Amino acid sequence: MSSESSTEKTSVSLLSLIMVFSRVGITSFGGSTAAWLYRELVQRRGWLDEEHFVTALTICQVLPGANPVNLSIYVGSQLRGGIGGAAAAFGMVMPPFCIILVLGYFYTRFGGSPVAHAVLGGLAAVGIGMTLFIGVKLTRHVRRPIPILIAVAIFVVVGVLRWPMIPVVLVLTPLSIAVERWLLPKKST
Amino acid sequence: MNDGRLLLLALVFAPLSLMSFGGGQAIIADMQHQTVDIHHWMTGPEFADFFALSRAAPGPSTLISALIGWKVAGPLGAIVATLAIYIPSSLAVYGAVRWWHASNDSPWRGALERGLAPVAVGLVFAGAVAVMQAAQVNALQIVTTLLAAGLLIFTRIGVYAIMAAAAFVFAALQWL
Repeated sequence: MSSESSTEKTSVSLLSLIMVFSRVGITSFGGSTAAWLYRELVQRRGWLDEEHFVTALTICQVLPGANPVNLSIYVGSQLRGGIGGAAAAFGMVMPPFCIILVLGYFYTRFGGSPVAHAVLGGLAAVGIGMTLFIGVKLTRHVRRPIPILIAVAIFVVVGVLRWPMIPVVLVLTPLSIAVERWLLPKKST
Repeated sequence: MNDGRLLLLALVFAPLSLMSFGGGQAIIADMQHQTVDIHHWMTGPEFADFFALSRAAPGPSTLISALIGWKVAGPLGAIVATLAIYIPSSLAVYGAVRWWHASNDSPWRGALERGLAPVAVGLVFAGAVAVMQAAQVNALQIVTTLLAAGLLIFTRIGVYAIMAAAAFVFAALQWL
């Protein structure tokens, strides 16, 4: 598949990058950002074709970083280079950053009330449910015994035994990539 | 606000940024461990409240770092923590995207893509457990969590409808 499609417009202004990603940043909530970006970038503006969007989404999901921010870096830098990536990421993060600080202010003012605490408890429970949902969705990329073993090992060591995550990840990530590279070679998709 | 706290915030969040394979869920376990158990910046239930806020707000869930930064060192803390959580991963993504387009035929490409997936899966489930421990969840919350996950997996009901319903039920039970 060609991801070097030359049909993309390079005449997108930095300001319109910021505006478009700001709008997506405000209107999209956990998990739904990809759908909003798809509508905005592929369907409405034609900045990316569908195949390229799917490739971008995959890369952004596996790399470190919040997926929406990664996608904005990807798309922005495709359209306008490094500065475009920075503009898109700024647009994506800035409005929600302001909103969450306002929420944080209300939390420090009213968070002590029992009702506020109960509501946050309910929201946290749903938030954990969302985390489980995302985990279940990701398992479709992990189907063979050794990768499953690696996933379970990381869950047990980090989640149950509470070992520090960074050394665990630094050891198991290269191992996992090496396993895929040499033990389980598969034609690239 | 002293510089030591700002520097400490950057030193805690910047490495987490590079570890957040598959998104912010991956680092919630370690973020909770560092802010609650190691640096004592907040209590477990407080962390769980921040988690709930960051989940209910628009934008990426990693914006919980802005709330933690604010709590630790005020407005500057919020900015420092947010920059620290996004800049390292963003630079990595920028570099990776450039490399990606330059190495269309490399066998490393597929290996990287598939090799990172199990790491992300393990970390995401570890994150769910960490938040449940931090929140000291009760039976009602566990039922809510499982119900929400089931609805998201098997139906097309939006997460906002579920959050609104949960907020309503929990508030109503508090009033009774």
